[in-house]
Amino acid sequence: MKKKSENLIRTHNCSVIKIKEIPIVDYETFFNLNCNLIQSPERHLSHYFAIEEGKALRIFSIISDDKSGEIFVLSTEIDKKKEIPSLTNKFPSFHPFERDIYERFNLRYSDHPWLKPLRYPFYSQEKSMDNYPFFSFDSEELHEVGVGPIHAGVIEPGHFRFICHGEKVLHLEIQLGYQHRGVEELFVKKEKLLERVILSESIAGDTTIGHSTAFANLYERLCGFNTTEDLHFSRALALELERIAIHTGDLSALSGDVAYQLGQAVFGRLRTPIINFTQSWGGNRLGRGLIRPGKINFPFTEELKQSLTDILIEYERDFVEMAETLFLRPSVQARFEKTGTITKDDVFKMGFVGMVAKSCGINRDVRFTHPHGLYKAIKLQPTILQSGDVHARAYLRYQEVLRSIEFIREILQNIPSKISKKDLSDAPLESQSLAISLTEGWRGEICHVALTDKNGKIAAYRIKDPSIHNWFALALAVRNNEISDFPLCNKSFNLSYCGHDL
Amino acid sequence: MIKTLSVLFHNGRQFIPDVINASLKPPFRGRPIITNVKIDEKKAVELCPVGAISRNPFSIDLGKCVFCGECSIEFPEKIIFTQDYKLATNIRERLIIKEGDDIPITIDKSQIRPDIKKICKKSLKLREISAAGDNSAEWEMNASNNVQFDISRYGIEFVASPRHADGILITGPISQNMAKAVEICYDATPEPQIIILAGTDAISGGIFNGSRAICRDFIKNNHIDLYIPGNPPHPLTIINGLLNLID
Repeated sequence: MKKKSENLIRTHNCSVIKIKEIPIVDYETFFNLNCNLIQSPERHLSHYFAIEEGKALRIFSIISDDKSGEIFVLSTEIDKKKEIPSLTNKFPSFHPFERDIYERFNLRYSDHPWLKPLRYPFYSQEKSMDNYPFFSFDSEELHEVGVGPIHAGVIEPGHFRFICHGEKVLHLEIQLGYQHRGVEELFVKKEKLLERVILSESIAGDTTIGHSTAFANLYERLCGFNTTEDLHFSRALALELERIAIHTGDLSALSGDVAYQLGQAVFGRLRTPIINFTQSWGGNRLGRGLIRPGKINFPFTEELKQSLTDILIEYERDFVEMAETLFLRPSVQARFEKTGTITKDDVFKMGFVGMVAKSCGINRDVRFTHPHGLYKAIKLQPTILQSGDVHARAYLRYQEVLRSIEFIREILQNIPSKISKKDLSDAPLESQSLAISLTEGWRGEICHVALTDKNGKIAAYRIKDPSIHNWFALALAVRNNEISDFPLCNKSFNLSYCGHDL
Repeated sequence: MIKTLSVLFHNGRQFIPDVINASLKPPFRGRPIITNVKIDEKKAVELCPVGAISRNPFSIDLGKCVFCGECSIEFPEKIIFTQDYKLATNIRERLIIKEGDDIPITIDKSQIRPDIKKICKKSLKLREISAAGDNSAEWEMNASNNVQFDISRYGIEFVASPRHADGILITGPISQNMAKAVEICYDATPEPQIIILAGTDAISGGIFNGSRAICRDFIKNNHIDLYIPGNPPHPLTIINGLLNLID
């Protein structure tokens, strides 16, 4: 599959490449290659990061082609002290990644339009979060509203700064970093496999399955272990259960935000049978303990199949009834429709992924574009909506839940009987390699990348939660909306703070 | 209207009538029991990803445990996770389960500050602070107040402002970047200024223990009124813990 063509490497999801096979081009070529690739609407940036190599910085760019399923890996080496032109200036989808490199290594760009700290990590020069350079506007008619880091609800911390004209939001800037726990460094420092597994489950608690699956798929590739049928089965099943559970919870919260109590109560209670099933399978409502590289501690049984089949019948009946009632209510429609709209153009420009892209008419979903494991064998129907507003993101959840139920019913027909019990904790890793794994979590594309050194030890680990792309979508969506619609817009994206801050 | 009535009819009553005696089924992992069976203890200590297992005497610290259950899979005769979800206590040492122990984890009533009993007996208002929590414990906090668990029926509520609260409930290991906000929020809380730690990350740092991005000073410098272990704590663990604190 790996083809070397001129200045880049073409590979595919869940693959390992020898680092020395990745051509190092000069920055100008690298810059132009990135521009040429990313300008095509079917391609998007999956990851972009740098590692330190002595006095130089080695930058890697990973671009995914949603049509062909290929993944392009590009690389360059630059002098840390040199000022370079920024890609963000031409393609804003690079902005969080270039800001991350600036924050980590103090790399300067000659023309970056939005060069601000991203997450205030412990290794940054910037120690205090108090002096964040907010965009401001000098006017007597405008006022600013600051919210957070601690919010009114029981949610994670982050600071939102609005510039408003009366009730209307003109601009929103989101300052994150409060959740920074040093996850990427811990992935390198903690050398036991089980430690890393637990870490991957803790990147974002609501995406436990998504991130632990991305890690397990990646780690198995690095060990040269061929993922068995039963592992593919349990990962796909757990991913879809997670999607159903969180989407249902989100519909509950969205109902709550438009003061539709019935929807809030019913969707809230409907999530419970799904996560309780996950608990009866692996002992934890979020699915902690289920996904392990090489093995599964809780094999799926006929008994569980029967129980899940029954739960899904009841769940689907009540879920559809509630959803149909919700989406037909004029008072709900009035709040959902044309609120917090994102356009197709925004998605292409900013490289949004997952639900944001799918609600704007773009099929950007790893399960279809870069399928791995069971998703290769069983084809799902993609759900694509057009309007890009809160309604589209809510309705997308409704439809995706139904698709996931269909998918689960289909895979339940054929439960693999052979159980993999391979202990990979002492397995040697492929040395001097770069491993990539993409997984479609319920929010969107999760990308994990590991680089190993000459002894087969993980030298760098880079995690990308879809939130890193999509936080900016929230900032764009609330423009020209009333500030009172902010909670509704926010929930319609439901982005991760800890997944962003790492 | 008819649709709404139909939804109401189909959903019926959802609340769990008795949250104190509700039971959970395996493989849920609650309070572990350690038997006297002889094993390679060193191997068990090595296995634990968060250093929750110690020797002499052989014990598991539930303040550190992430409930991954790997030790009980490796040593099924030695470590058995029961379904006892009542894990909360106000005494840190009680979270350490020793070899041969099979006693419920309880709150030492004599150690509860008299103010808490006096002021919060029928109404406990808490300000939740997520300090680098990964949204798992926060999730279960919210679940504690859904129509099934319905914690507000006991007068326990999560409020929007520390000014309205009797105390704070912290989730997450507390990042350096949140350390100041935690202090400010705590200072804004009126007496009795209860401090509750929910989840392994909050109690010991969990898997993030030792990370350079974490700051545990607040925990070291203040008296903790309640520990609610779990990764994340189950809503039943949360509700029973809070009820026992004020009852």
